[in-house]
Amino acid sequence: MTTVQPASTSFWNDTGKTGITSWIFSTDHKRIGLLYFYSTFGFFLVGVLLGLLLRIELMAPGRTIMGPETYNATFTVHGVVMIFLFIIPGMPGAFGNLVMPIQIGARDVAFPRLNLFSWWLYAVGAVVVLTSLFTGGGPPDTGWTFYVPFSARTGTNVSLAVLGVFVIGFSSILTGINFVTTIHRLRAEGMTWGRLPLFVWSIYATAWVQILATPILGITLVLIMAERILGAGLFDPGRGGDPIMYQHLFWIYSHPAVYIMILPAMGVISDVIPVFARKPIFGYKMIAFSSLAIAAAGSLVWGHHMYTSGMSDTAILVFSFLTFVVAIPSAIKVFNWVSTLYKGSISLEAPMLFALSFILLFSIGGLTGLILGAAATDIHVHDTHFVVGHFHYVMFGGTGFAFFSAMHYWLPKFYGRKYAEKPAVIAWALMFTGFNILYFSMMVLGIKGMPRRYYDYLPEFAPLNLVSTIGSWILAVGLVIMLANLFRGLFRGEPVGNNPWGGATLEWSIPTPPPTENFDREPVVTHGPYDFTKAGVP
Amino acid sequence: MTNENAAHHIVSNKKLVMVWLVLLCLTYLTVWVAHHNVGIGHVWGSLAIACIKSALVVAIFMHMKYEGRLLRWLLFLALATMAIFIGFTFFDVLYR
Amino acid sequence: MNQAAHKDYAGAKLGMWLFLFTEILLFSGLFLLYSSYLSRYPREFTAAGREMHVGFGTLNTVILITSSLLVAMAVTAIQRNERRNVLLLLGGTILCAATFLFNKYLEWSAEIGNGIYPGSPRLANGPPGESVFYSLYYLTVGLHGLHVLIGGTFLTLVAVRVKRGTVHGGDFVLLENSALYWHLVDLIWIFIFPLYYLIL
Repeated sequence: MTTVQPASTSFWNDTGKTGITSWIFSTDHKRIGLLYFYSTFGFFLVGVLLGLLLRIELMAPGRTIMGPETYNATFTVHGVVMIFLFIIPGMPGAFGNLVMPIQIGARDVAFPRLNLFSWWLYAVGAVVVLTSLFTGGGPPDTGWTFYVPFSARTGTNVSLAVLGVFVIGFSSILTGINFVTTIHRLRAEGMTWGRLPLFVWSIYATAWVQILATPILGITLVLIMAERILGAGLFDPGRGGDPIMYQHLFWIYSHPAVYIMILPAMGVISDVIPVFARKPIFGYKMIAFSSLAIAAAGSLVWGHHMYTSGMSDTAILVFSFLTFVVAIPSAIKVFNWVSTLYKGSISLEAPMLFALSFILLFSIGGLTGLILGAAATDIHVHDTHFVVGHFHYVMFGGTGFAFFSAMHYWLPKFYGRKYAEKPAVIAWALMFTGFNILYFSMMVLGIKGMPRRYYDYLPEFAPLNLVSTIGSWILAVGLVIMLANLFRGLFRGEPVGNNPWGGATLEWSIPTPPPTENFDREPVVTHGPYDFTKAGVP
Repeated sequence: MTNENAAHHIVSNKKLVMVWLVLLCLTYLTVWVAHHNVGIGHVWGSLAIACIKSALVVAIFMHMKYEGRLLRWLLFLALATMAIFIGFTFFDVLYR
Repeated sequence: MNQAAHKDYAGAKLGMWLFLFTEILLFSGLFLLYSSYLSRYPREFTAAGREMHVGFGTLNTVILITSSLLVAMAVTAIQRNERRNVLLLLGGTILCAATFLFNKYLEWSAEIGNGIYPGSPRLANGPPGESVFYSLYYLTVGLHGLHVLIGGTFLTLVAVRVKRGTVHGGDFVLLENSALYWHLVDLIWIFIFPLYYLIL
């Protein structure tokens, strides 16, 4: 067996350009993907730090390490950073850019310069958001939802923060446009819609949500600035406005936004499970269809964030019913993933461990979503820690763990080297344990009545809060081990060949790391994405 | 990928000017209707005329009439999305 | 790689249409607010509507419709390689855009002079629905005006390229896409006009 070596020329060095300018002015989707990866992941770590600080404060009743105003700012910035600077741009921007064009057999995306411009918009928006934290009235303290009337009146630097998010939103829109056009126009010969990897289907559905929903966020943010700066009074009851109208506008985007967050993650799982079970995916068509269905149905349910706001009973009924409908396509995916595993030849390497735990954690998150989606039960748990537990299960246990799976699955392809398996498994085990201790406690606390976004709480909630904080430390340790192992591996680990995992999708058919052009001649596709036999990878 | 420059549809100036004249007539009509009907019942009438005007602009000025099915369906998708956003909000607004 | 060899005309057009969809949805947020508040304050909206300058509004509508005609004719002209006509027509369109903005300036000066602007004392003392109407008016028309400026800028940049010869009968997707953007600006106004000026 010959020793494997990464290719000596690849996108890392085959353009002849070097230095930082060859990265930040590159129109190569792989370089842009890595730019997104490092910037968004960097912000993830900032968000983790803020989260850990929040948990230290909540470890015991009363003041622990910060005062109430600081606490408000900390959970606001934690949310804004995690949602707008990590999750929403991260999955499509990093792995969508790195992998999708290769998976469809293309050289690059439809509009490479627009792609670079999208990243620059993200970077500028992020800088504006960061600036807002340290200037003017200080970091916003409204929660990431910026509800009026408080967001219109607070002295903190809401306008600048919101402007930064607006710029990032524009980046998201342009990425969506780029990806839809790419998938429609640049598929290689033989790459029919029915042969697309499910990750591509998920990126496609996500791109549609980015195109159709993000503009509403744009106008909503403009309206916040208009309330604050122009005194427009559109949401001010004293002048005829209605604060609930703000909530409608905000959630019309922000509910579909959670599908921007979860759909690519589900796409990763759909790609990883067949490879590590050595079995074609069960129900390909239904999984592809369900991605579109989730995007569509997910755009109809925003009112379920507003059951206690003063909305009409008719609206409560309609939105509650539709929320149950949107659970169905998600469940279809879960059933199909599990069916894929049945009688498969399962190997539990790191990408698979994260993918399997995704199924469990996402399901818990999804089921608790139904408790929230049913209006009657929601009354009890609305704005409690139950909600916080729910969304962390889907966004962290779901998208977060899928992101980690993708990191272990795909980054070795782009670096030519791989992490060590044993520390990765230990890290995963610590993270899985810490995660559940951290967030399951919150769900119990929520049902017992502990509100969210409260600086202090009743003494009866103290024990579980302490338990939750300890969970956060276990999770953090696991995270550190995972990152140390992964990055050590990518830069100094075992070299990998073209197809270390035995995948049948196109990215595994080209050299490791890939050349800038991806393919030396346009591929002609003759088999499906999970047809291991035809791809020659038993 | 075929070179599609040859298949471009060219809309004649005559057709464009005709559409322009119709648009001007519809504009006159919508102003007339507004001044000769009291109350806001005529909001729907104004909107209907606006829809006809935009259909003409989209179909002829923007060449949608000569484009493929995909683009037309996608436009329908965008408009349906907008209709749903506004329409579903009315489940709240109308029934408070 | 033969994929990159010729520019993808259909892809560029698809991309532009997708962008137009996002613009439609951007304004739809404002139309959502308008329709919700109209159903709540029908009388105040009607009363405020009567104060609007229908003359200005109608004139601007005619100007934009004409500008759409001119830019559509410019696309036809470039397909026929009539370079000089393209430049004249584009010039006409840009002139319409400038006139529209100038009219807006006159109109707003008059209204602001009358004490009608967001947060003004006159509106603060008036009925609540009236203040909402005018805030929406300024925001919607203001955002639209910004798009007139952007569209006009696009058209100017394209006109420069037509003059240079980089946009021509064999490769004019930039002109076509700028024209599409311009038509969108016209389309939005087609809805703004009846909702704000004819709500009498």
